[in-house]
Amino acid sequence: MLVHSRTGKWATWSAFALLFLPLFAVPLLVILAASLSTNWSGALPSGPTTTRYAAATSGDSLQALTTSLVTALCASVLALVLGSWAALAASALGRRGKRFLDALFMLPVAVPSVVVGLAVLVAFSRPPVLLNGTRWIVIIAHTVLVTAFAYQSVSAAARRLDPMYEQAAASLGASPGRVLWRVRLPLLLPSLTAAAGLCFALSMGELSATMMLYPPDWTPLPVQIFAATDRGSLFTGAALAVVLMGTTLLVLTAVSRIRTRASYR
Amino acid sequence: MASITAAGRRNPVSLRTPTWAWALPPVLILALGFLYPLALVVRQSFTPESLGETTTGASLTPYTEVFASTAFREALTTTVWLAVGATVGCLVLGFVLALVIAFVPFPGGKAVARFIDVFLSFPSFLITLALLFIYGSVGMANGAWTGVTGAAEGPFHFLTTPWGVLLAEITYFTPFVMRPLLAAFSQLDTAQLEVASSLGAGPLRIVRQVILPEALPALAAGGSLVLVLCLNEFGIVLFTGAKGVTTLPMLVYSKAILESDYPAACVVAVVNIVLSVGLYSLYRVVSRRAGA
Repeated sequence: MLVHSRTGKWATWSAFALLFLPLFAVPLLVILAASLSTNWSGALPSGPTTTRYAAATSGDSLQALTTSLVTALCASVLALVLGSWAALAASALGRRGKRFLDALFMLPVAVPSVVVGLAVLVAFSRPPVLLNGTRWIVIIAHTVLVTAFAYQSVSAAARRLDPMYEQAAASLGASPGRVLWRVRLPLLLPSLTAAAGLCFALSMGELSATMMLYPPDWTPLPVQIFAATDRGSLFTGAALAVVLMGTTLLVLTAVSRIRTRASYR
Repeated sequence: MASITAAGRRNPVSLRTPTWAWALPPVLILALGFLYPLALVVRQSFTPESLGETTTGASLTPYTEVFASTAFREALTTTVWLAVGATVGCLVLGFVLALVIAFVPFPGGKAVARFIDVFLSFPSFLITLALLFIYGSVGMANGAWTGVTGAAEGPFHFLTTPWGVLLAEITYFTPFVMRPLLAAFSQLDTAQLEVASSLGAGPLRIVRQVILPEALPALAAGGSLVLVLCLNEFGIVLFTGAKGVTTLPMLVYSKAILESDYPAACVVAVVNIVLSVGLYSLYRVVSRRAGA
């Protein structure tokens, strides 16, 4: 307790609300309200409508949504395998090896996503690997960008893991593979699902690298939102953004349910 | 007895694969998908030919050309001051908000903390999209103004200037500062505050002399992360559609995609990498010291 008097508390809380609501809650509410209206040139939106959602869930937009979902799914599965493999391998290494892997796998966070996009574009537009114009180039870029978060999450959890369990299992004659599969991975499951959710959400909203290399037949939802706002149809963009946020939230909620069930173990 | 010797014999066999060998496959994949492309960007930045052609010899021509252009210098200064300004804004705002959530608790504070986590999982350009509705040329603020005063156009035009980008960046990145701060505050012993308070220290003095020193590592870690993220931010700048605001990532995009000038794009990319990776290494050192 920092403020003890009643009036002081209320003054602090109202100052908090005055800062917090306009900055963080209003933007999301504005997008939601705009997606449901035909016109917004006064203080309040007018002409309630749901036609934008009909447009946002059919044709090109529906295809953009499935494109985003498939890309995010592929990228997060690949990133999860790659990131947790590296994190588990790093946890078995000495201090210097661990530091090296930490630096290597966290590097994509520091490099601007636009540059990651440019790099992947430059590298895979020439022999020996020609992927320019295919969906794989988008998936590769997304995987590179989100692997760091999978690595970070799993390596932090592996560090906190009590070594007693695996030692007990190994002393009872379990092979290293069995210890990994039956002891370590189940214990790491909460952090694995959290990492999966994070990777999925980041890949769903990825715009910077995607703008550099998306082929015309593989347009993820953020690019579609940009295309809509860029040609001036802000309201369509808002409806698409709500679809994007809703889908992301839905997947995050589903993933967090797995986590709560796993944490009982 | 036989099983023990069998297990004893199996163990050395499994140990024969050294532990570092298990780290090789993911490292090789990352090298192929990330380090190799990055190396090609650096090589391309030294070769004036266009993409795909055979290259002969290294040359500094792309660098001298890019460094001489005013567009690059303006982009560099805009990027740096926007990032520094947004970081300072995020630190101040994040500190105040986290302070209230942690030490002047109110019903629903947990929900606010949860909301911040959700906020972090949304893409940054949504903020600019929302600001377009609020402060855009046909948005609600200008619409309300023209409706009330009857003027031809509203007073809010800052969205297409660097200030609009600054507002969007502060909004989007403040939660990145609040998260480590809230974690640090939850470990702070509240008895210290009670003691300071019972000895007659006012709230401001407690914040300055008790809470702030404890929060400094978390502030440093969060601040440097936000600084790097702001230097790399692209979506927010792209969505404002401002011709006058060009940051380094935006310059990379326009050189590569709009002008197809890959050597120049790679030069700007290398500058951006050096800037961000340098700061990020600093962040790693700071956050390791802070134990975050």
